[in-house]
Amino acid sequence: MALLNIDKGKCIGCAACVDACPFGALALVDNIAVVDDKCTACGACLEACPEEALSLPERPQAAAAGLTAYQGVWVWVEQFKGQACGISWEMLGQGRKLADQRKTALSACLLGHHVEHIAKEAVAFGADRVFWVDDPTLGVYRTQPYANTLVDLVRQYKPEIFLLGASSRGRDLAGSVATELYTGLTADCTGLDIDMEKGLLRQTRPAFGGNIMATIICPNYRPQMSTVRQRVFELPTADPARKGQVIAVKPAVSEEQIATRVVDFIVEQGQVNLADAKIIVSGGRGVGGPDGFQPIRELADVLGGAVGSSRAAVDAGWIPYPHQVGQTGRTVRPDLYIACGISGAVQHLAGMSTAKVIVAVNKDPEAPIFSVANYGIVGDLFQVVPALTAAFKKRLHK
Amino acid sequence: MNIIVCIKQVPDTTDVKINPETGTLIREGVPSIVNPFDTYAIEESLRLKEKFGGKVTVISMGPPQAVEALKEAVAMGADEAVLLSDRAFAGSDTWATAYTLSRAIRKLGAFDVILCGKQAIDGDTGQVGPGIARQLGVTQLTYVFKIQKLEPEARTIAVERLLEEGREVVEARLPVLLTVVKDINQPRYPTFLGIRRATKMQIPVWGAADLADVDTSKLGLKGSPTQVVKIFSPPRREGKVDMICADSLDQAAAILADKLVAEKVI
Repeated sequence: MALLNIDKGKCIGCAACVDACPFGALALVDNIAVVDDKCTACGACLEACPEEALSLPERPQAAAAGLTAYQGVWVWVEQFKGQACGISWEMLGQGRKLADQRKTALSACLLGHHVEHIAKEAVAFGADRVFWVDDPTLGVYRTQPYANTLVDLVRQYKPEIFLLGASSRGRDLAGSVATELYTGLTADCTGLDIDMEKGLLRQTRPAFGGNIMATIICPNYRPQMSTVRQRVFELPTADPARKGQVIAVKPAVSEEQIATRVVDFIVEQGQVNLADAKIIVSGGRGVGGPDGFQPIRELADVLGGAVGSSRAAVDAGWIPYPHQVGQTGRTVRPDLYIACGISGAVQHLAGMSTAKVIVAVNKDPEAPIFSVANYGIVGDLFQVVPALTAAFKKRLHK
Repeated sequence: MNIIVCIKQVPDTTDVKINPETGTLIREGVPSIVNPFDTYAIEESLRLKEKFGGKVTVISMGPPQAVEALKEAVAMGADEAVLLSDRAFAGSDTWATAYTLSRAIRKLGAFDVILCGKQAIDGDTGQVGPGIARQLGVTQLTYVFKIQKLEPEARTIAVERLLEEGREVVEARLPVLLTVVKDINQPRYPTFLGIRRATKMQIPVWGAADLADVDTSKLGLKGSPTQVVKIFSPPRREGKVDMICADSLDQAAAILADKLVAEKVI
């Protein structure tokens, strides 16, 4: 199924493309490049070829006239129980920069019930305009009323860029909205900037469990939509004196038309929200059993942090799944990540290697976790972790 | 009950190695597996079938060798499988993938539940499930941690969804599309009989011409709104690890605590 065309007459067998391919889809056979089905048409090899022997099929060009009607940067302000989620303000901060570069306005979309106070906050955090949809049907997030309302708003006001948080709700919503609008959506972005020449949003995201980064554009469809990873962009400073316009909008659907009812919300004791946590203390196979998490928990408590874990500890049944950090668990980006008794499998590193500061505690000085750590202590975690707890207690409660 | 499971064949990233010189993935010799999240979707479909009767159909879009992923699902107990494979599908982004899968589901006929994994471990987008639901106009319930109850007669379902703050219990009417998280079940191993059945099974391959009511301009590379312009290796973490050694662990802990306070992360 490979779409890559190889001009065999031009290929000189230099293998530059073989090295450039992130998917291992290219190889040399009889000194000529050949491509197999692993090719995803990503185009990484095109630039690498010194002979311009590689090409991909042309994409249809957009009807340029239609696209210019789309202007402005939008941010979906996510709220839970009447409180805005931090990612919303981080996106307004980055959205402000993008809007200034595009010389356009920044708008916030706020859906909920009794959430007018959040509209004021959105202005303080940088929005020029807030689309405020207040209705009992929107009190708790549900895909259908939220998505249909945003689709209507986009169709009416035509934003050029639309950012949503890469939270569970944000991903649920963005996938539905982008599908209905027939536009591009890039998941889980960690970089957003404007290609000043073309005026396009360049969306950079990790893939393959963080092993590669991809920059993605959406040249021919609008709005350019992204979900944005939490704690990547800086939280802007709120300016309560800032002025902005609040536009009240009606919801797209009524309760009778909505196919779902949220009937309960279960919060377990010791519920963990790793996405929000500034400090995470994690335990792995080295903790040895459910009781082994006790010292980890004590350290987390002293630091005001959350308890995480590796997959090994979850699979062993020592701690519930919501604590799992890594490729099949949560991706986290705390200020401080302390890995205790975690060897550092690729899948675990994928979930935490972008933390600002990483500390590793492990018996094995050769453990891969030390290769990503800023600080390391080689030793038995049952001695090191309580010693750390005592040391922090001293410093934090003088 | 008619259940459809959408699965993807992915490279086993536990075996992924990085070429230290080029910083790119070495995928040579890396085995392909069923996307781990999709194995939970397959298992859940089999449990629903065991409880309520009916049929489980597994579909996948990919190159011809993706048939192996479908055979694994059959070996676990799925009744039927269909592979969507055609040059016209190549280069699909999540929009075009969801569109293509939704056209294939249309062709399969009436269904009660569609199951997907919450995301694939190579792309990590989680967008195809919601995309299929929207294309088909069915209710989507993402990040499902547990099916609390399902009443085929009353056509209702209640699930727990795993969110950042806790678990949300949602009721909906069938048909629904569920994307499931890891903790929902423990996938079974294929049985001997299942493997034998899968080996013998001729799995139909559908191309663009076989799909129901399809707009070919929405398929593959030309139907995909997004375009990858650059692929690079992630910036490595700067600096080397500062290994803290001291006469005692207490001293080492004290030194580390001071350094972290100085870093202003505490």
